[in-house]
This record gives sequence, C-alpha cells and structure tokens, in this order.
Amino acid sequence: MYSEKVMDHFMNPRNVGEIADADGVGTEGNPVCGDIMRIYIKVDEADRITDVKFKTFGCGAAIATSDMVCEMVIGKTIDEALQITNAAVAEALEGLPPNKMHCSNLAADALHKAIADYKERKAKQA
Amino acid sequence: MNRIYFDHAATTPVRPEVLTEMLPYFTENFGNPSSIYAWGRENRSAIDRARDSIAAQLGCTAREIIFTGCGSEADNLAIKGFALANQKKGNHIITSAVEHHAVLDTVKYMTKLGFEITILPVDQYGMVSPDELAKAIRPETILVSIMYANNEVGTINPIPELAKVCREAGVCFHTDAVQAAGALDLNVDKLGVDMMSLSAHKFYGPKGVGLLYVRKGVKLDSLIHGGGQERGRRAGTENVAGIVGMAKALELANAERLEMNARLTALRDRLIIGLRDRIPEIRLNGHPTERLPNNVNISIRYIEGESLLLNLDLKGIAASSGSACTSGSLEASHVLLAMGIPHEIAHGSLRLTLGRKTTEAEIDYLLEVLPPIVEKLRAMSPLYSPS
Ligand SMILES: Cc1ncc(COP(=O)(O)O)c(C=O)c1O
Repeated sequence: MYSEKVMDHFMNPRNVGEIADADGVGTEGNPVCGDIMRIYIKVDEADRITDVKFKTFGCGAAIATSDMVCEMVIGKTIDEALQITNAAVAEALEGLPPNKMHCSNLAADALHKAIADYKERKAKQA
Repeated sequence: MNRIYFDHAATTPVRPEVLTEMLPYFTENFGNPSSIYAWGRENRSAIDRARDSIAAQLGCTAREIIFTGCGSEADNLAIKGFALANQKKGNHIITSAVEHHAVLDTVKYMTKLGFEITILPVDQYGMVSPDELAKAIRPETILVSIMYANNEVGTINPIPELAKVCREAGVCFHTDAVQAAGALDLNVDKLGVDMMSLSAHKFYGPKGVGLLYVRKGVKLDSLIHGGGQERGRRAGTENVAGIVGMAKALELANAERLEMNARLTALRDRLIIGLRDRIPEIRLNGHPTERLPNNVNISIRYIEGESLLLNLDLKGIAASSGSACTSGSLEASHVLLAMGIPHEIAHGSLRLTLGRKTTEAEIDYLLEVLPPIVEKLRAMSPLYSPS
C-alpha cells in the first residue's frame, strides 16, 4: 500500500532526533487520531534553516512525511520553508494512500508551527 | 524468509481433511440440491448429513440450523430477522459496546427502522455484567445480542448467566460465537442461547459460509427472499461444498478442542510472560484468565500499531492492531476505547492470535525480533522519554 520511497523513509529515517538548543519547535496532531509530529529547527542570522530533526508517534505515513519534510527544508530560508505544503511532501514521497492524506500528512504543518515558534522567540528578543 | 502467521482471529487456513471433503462438490457433484434427479438428490443428502453433524455438535436439531453466506450474515439475520418478525411485541434491542461491527452496526441501523437500542458498557477487561444487563431490560425489550468471545481481546463473556437473565425476563438472547468456535463449548442448551452465529473460516473451514442456530419456536423473517431454501428463511442455492466443509471443520475442531486448548494456552502464556520480561511499559488487554486460549493483545506505550505491524511484516510476521490506521476508521479500536483505555495507548495495541500450527520456535522468534522494533519506534516517539 505504501510506495518504496515511503517505506524507505519509514524504515530508515535520516532525521530522527531532537535539537537541545533548537530555535523553534512545532507539534502537530493529536492522540485521538494516533499521530503526533514534533519538528525542531535551528536557524542562522540570515533566517536559513541549518538543522532540522523530528520525533513522531504515528503510522508509516506519519513517520515518512516527517522525515521527508526535514529533508526538503534543510538549507532553505524560513520564507522558502513556509511555501512547503503537506501535498508537496506527499508528492515528494511519490504519493500516499488516499486514507493517509489527512491525518497522517501533517508534517508541513508541524514545520510551519516550528517556524512560527522561531519568529515569536525572535520577536521577544528584539 | 519464513512467514509466521499470528492472525488466526482474522482467518484460518482450510485444513487438508476439510478440503478433501469439499473438492467433489466443485466438480463431479455439482448438481443443484433442489433438483429432483440423482445429481441434485446426492447433494441434498450431503447437506442433510452436514446439518445433522453440526446439530450433533451444537446439541440442537437439524431444523434449528440456517446456513448463511458468512458470520456477518448470520448476525444480520438474527438481529434484523428477529426484530422485524417480533416488532409487535416491543421495539427495544440491547447489545454491548465491544461487539463485532456485524452486530454493533446492525443494531445501530435498527434505529432507522424505529427501534430503540441500549449499548451496554463493559468492564476494564471487556466483559459484560449480567447485573447491568438485567437493569437495562425494559418491558419493550425483545432482543439481546452479546458476543461469546471478543475478537480483539479474547475476553469470554458469562453467556449462561446472561442468557438466564434474558430467559427470566422473557427476552430472546442471541450470541455471536464466531470467535468462540473451536475453543469453547458450543452446546446451545448449556449456554441457554436462543440464537447463535458461527463462521466456518475461523475454525479451519472455508470462507463464505456460516450459520445461525435458531431455537425452535423463535420467529424470524427472512432477509433474502427467493427460492424456499433453508425452510424459507434464507433463499439462494446452497453453497454445498462450503456447508460440507464447515461440518467437517467443526467435527475436527470439537474433537481436538480440549487438547488444542491446553497446547495453545501454554504457548499463549509463554508469549505473554516473554513479552512482559522483554518489553517495559506494556499492558495486557482483555481478561487475564477468562480469555481465548489463542489470544494475546497488548498495548505497547508510546508507539503506534501500524508502524509496528509494518516492521513485523518486514520480519515475516503477520499480526494485527487496533490502531486507527488498521481499524478502518479514524479512531482507535472501539473495543479498547470501551474498556477505558486512553486513545494513545489504544493506538499502540498489538494482537497476536495463535493457531493449531503455531510452534514454540515461532513464539521465540517473535520474542527475539519484537523488542528491537519497539526500541527503535520508541526512540522516534515524542511521547517517550527513557528513564
Ligand atoms: C466476532 C465476530 N463476529 C462476526 C464476524 C464476521 O464473520 P464473517 O467474516 O464470516 O462475516 C467476525 C469475523 O471477523 C468476528 O470475529
């Protein structure tokens, strides 16, 4: 039911972990649906994402999309990162089964929350 | 890679002895049992023999058995067929929160036809209490449907006590015994049931055949009208091979039942103890002792069931889970939730159901491959903080 690419990112995720001194953290999903994704980002002075990690509780699609969004966002500016949609993540994974397009495809939303958290912290500092 | 099947509650393979009995009815003995010539008559007597054999196993008469196309159809026939035939007597139906959807959704559907329903809660083990049932019965109650053994957590309900409550109140009692067949006593008089559903593919018979036992005197409307088969209660040319196969499978299952239960219980407990020893923060779902001998259902905290099943599949192991992604709905298993298990723990459930061919070596293989998978998934989980 999953593409080879999904299975690869699910079985061998490259970006699992936490960033202890993250500049932004975003969590999306809820336990009722059985998917919780948390994304940590590190951002430099030029607003460029230099490191990104995730922790996810969820199904194969939830883990694969989390890993993929990390891969897509590394090295991008936060403005570029905000352009990434859940649909784009699914596409980069060569598609998801239809029933996985909603609840398990929230990684971009988690990323956007991490960016919002970063902006908020930055605003507070200024 | 060797494949290991730990999903016997989902379905079982047809036993070779069963298949041998069935085969002639696909080829030489192809006649329609309703035809008057030899081909037909021979098949009519094959069905009669099967019906007699099953009646002997259940302790009922042959006329009390209606063959159906599956367990779900038997459940539908029991509920819709009984409710429609008896609606002048009352309009209230009682069931439990942990039924298979073949019962639960059918009972809920009856509200569209003007029936009122009560869905009984269960205790933390998934068991229905006879006292709760007695309290729920009203003057308008006509039917109670409560499963014998649960398909997800294996909990066995006190059917004789529940049936007694109904008998004393003059209410018809149906039980879905689909998961009980092969493991538990199916004698309808000892159980005290008025109707009982079975499905052949759960006890090493073929898929696509089931039956409903209906006690003499219980009125039932047919759901499938047409030819007069099954004494007008279920039209359609009989699935002769399937019926013959179901009878053989039930004979074999009952003959080996006690011996098989002892063997499976030992394997089951080896598995449960092994899991507890090797994986921290797990819990056994379902009753500790009143459970099917082949059922293990655990919740593994901080991880989700589908990702667990995918990992097990890559190791050649077939199992199932009550997570939303595998329950076919947007929520985790209604059974686990009804038992009061929180959502995130229900999503992390793993059901392993053993079968007659399960070996100790297979159990030990599972015990070897599961802990590293759990560790890997927990390391990815934002809910987990290792102590
Ligand atoms: C308790 C219970 N009832 C009913 C059914 C439905 O049986 P069938 O698959 O034959 O329709 C099942 C099988 O999944 C079951 O486990």
